Amino acid sequence: MRGTKRGPLRGTLAAVAAATLVVGLAACGSGSGGAGGGDQTASISGPSGSDDGADLTLWTRAPLELQAKALVEAYNASHENHVELTVVPNDDYVTKVGAAAGSGGLPDLFAADIVYTPNWTSQGLFKDITSNIDQLPSAGSINEGHLKAGTYEGKEYVLPFVEDLSVMMWNKELYREAGLDPDKGPTTLAEFKEQAEAVQKLGKPDTYGTYFGGNCGGCTVFTWFPMIWASGQDVLNDDGTQSLLNSDTAKQVYSTWHDLQAAGAIAPGSRDETGATWTGAFQKGQIGVMPYPATLLSTVSKTVDVGVAPIPGVEGGGSTFVGGDGIGISKDSEKADQAWNFLSWLMSDDAQVGVLAANGTTPSRTDLAQNKYTADDPRQATINEIAGAADSKTPFAPNFQTAFNATGSPWITLVRDQVYSDDPGDLDAQNEAITAALAD
Amino acid sequence: MAVSSPSSTTVPAARTSRPQRKGKSLTGWAYAAPTALFVGLFFLVPTLLVLQMSVSDWGLFTGNRGLNAPENFTAAVQAPLFWPAVRFTLLYTVITTVILLALALGLAMLVQESTRWSAVLRTSFLLPSALGLASASLLFYALYSPQASPLPGLLSLVGIDIGRISFLGTPGAALTSTVVLIVWRFAGFYMLLLLVGLQGIPGEVYEAARMDGAKPLQIFRLITVPLLRSSLALCTILCVTGSLLAFDQFYILTKGGPDNSTVTIVQLVYNAAFQGQNDLGRAAALSIIVLAALVVLNVLQFRGLRGKEN
Repeated sequence: MRGTKRGPLRGTLAAVAAATLVVGLAACGSGSGGAGGGDQTASISGPSGSDDGADLTLWTRAPLELQAKALVEAYNASHENHVELTVVPNDDYVTKVGAAAGSGGLPDLFAADIVYTPNWTSQGLFKDITSNIDQLPSAGSINEGHLKAGTYEGKEYVLPFVEDLSVMMWNKELYREAGLDPDKGPTTLAEFKEQAEAVQKLGKPDTYGTYFGGNCGGCTVFTWFPMIWASGQDVLNDDGTQSLLNSDTAKQVYSTWHDLQAAGAIAPGSRDETGATWTGAFQKGQIGVMPYPATLLSTVSKTVDVGVAPIPGVEGGGSTFVGGDGIGISKDSEKADQAWNFLSWLMSDDAQVGVLAANGTTPSRTDLAQNKYTADDPRQATINEIAGAADSKTPFAPNFQTAFNATGSPWITLVRDQVYSDDPGDLDAQNEAITAALAD
Repeated sequence: MAVSSPSSTTVPAARTSRPQRKGKSLTGWAYAAPTALFVGLFFLVPTLLVLQMSVSDWGLFTGNRGLNAPENFTAAVQAPLFWPAVRFTLLYTVITTVILLALALGLAMLVQESTRWSAVLRTSFLLPSALGLASASLLFYALYSPQASPLPGLLSLVGIDIGRISFLGTPGAALTSTVVLIVWRFAGFYMLLLLVGLQGIPGEVYEAARMDGAKPLQIFRLITVPLLRSSLALCTILCVTGSLLAFDQFYILTKGGPDNSTVTIVQLVYNAAFQGQNDLGRAAALSIIVLAALVVLNVLQFRGLRGKEN
């Protein structure tokens, strides 16, 4: 690794430093982290590493706690190695990883929000596991979007950990009341708008046509990008340095939401929704139709009779944002052999079907889209198939967070201008601001 | 040492022998050592490290990559949101300080007299201070949520229809809603500080004023406020410092929105360090700017206070 090795005390002091100056802001480590990925190859013996009773550490963020716990419990029950899971609050995760990376204290395995993975692989936080991935029997069927996000300068660092997809969901009961076919969700953007407006026209108290995270960059990329992809258009260039969010297709997506807002069909909470409660109203049965996280299907089904379909484009088609987390072996791990044993097991049928599919989560392998659990619920089969569709993607950009997810990002400015303003301003300039953030 | 007169007892240190003085000096150092160690380890050393960070190209994941001065400072100041954040933070500071101090003084005077209800009222006013700011912010987030808020339902029970108010949806509403949270959370705390000050004013002064025929407003203006100056100054310094460092409440309630209208200067520090830019150098430079501004402001406030006292 490049960079200068420094002691743990220095890292601790650096961490205390920023916290001292600015109330409660956690800080970070100093400099053993190496800039630039690709200069550390994991030396792993055999296709499945070692299962020799070693203790491994694994970090994940809170939204994946359910799946991570299930995976770790299943692995520990069937292997000599023992994985100790640490679940970190979502907002603290980058801070914690940053501090650990700086002081050489990363766990053996850790997951990363897949859209941040390009940044983290380029910073050299993971070990190169290209040859190991190539040797996996399932190598050809692992989700391509996640693999691409984990590839830096031709080397692979990350496998899919848990996939989180966005799909169109609608409330069948409200559809019946509105005179819509409860078994048919929207197949085009125009139908999405019509159906949302039809539910709104019911005039039921606290019930609205649709909802979205109007002050949440992550929510809107998750739910709006698939509308553009399904229309055959891309949102970024291949290396993630240029924004293409001023296309005619993108304009039609924005105008759809603008018209819904003008018609009063978007729940008022959307306007200041920071993402903390963006799934709540639909779960309470107050929303007709909206793009929604597929991982919440089992949860939302407890309170709402839900229909599921791919997110449509302008003229049809179907797509999803293949989000969730990728996982790799950290640069600091001294147990790469054993860590790879966990990763190779993670790609096995036992983990993908026996744990993930059994818990209502989409498998990361396209060849397992149909499995014994999808027979019980065709909606889950629909979700799994969307994950492998040609127009379903994981966006790739090293500066994704700055451009899209960060508070006050240029993407959020664009979204709010386009939806809430009667004079939405210069879209080309708003798009250029995103490009500038991507290149920063 | 012989003690022959009262005057000799007033300067014992001057007549202490060298070994005794050395012993006392060591004892003094021993008492001060834990605090000195704490301040050194958790303030001075980190401050120096932040200074080093602020002139270095220091990435969150990559560590120190060498000197980067004054670029960190120029980049921090030239960031598009810097001046709007400075303006917003100052506006927020002025509004919260004025409202908080006025309300806290009013509450303190309300519960100043020991009556049957004053203990209950004091406790009620102070209770929100027991809640952490992040928890209080989350509580208000739920109260302000158009979907989850019980406020419209509760108010409709007493015949008030507030309709579909978007508590955080416009810049003005977001600022007002946050100020309401902060006033609710801190008014009781400042009330307590002012109450201690009020109770330090001798009752005879008020009695004398009343006997001289002073009216309540005159008593407040000419006796209460001047004699409460130290407490008011303390509250002002705490309030101004706390407001200039505002972060939690905006991070949880508004995430800087809508339309970047509630981005505070500390949120810029957080963004620079942990929100994609991962640039600790630039974040440290911003921190140094904030620190310098706070030091200047506090010095001016202390000077003003001392000047008036003199």
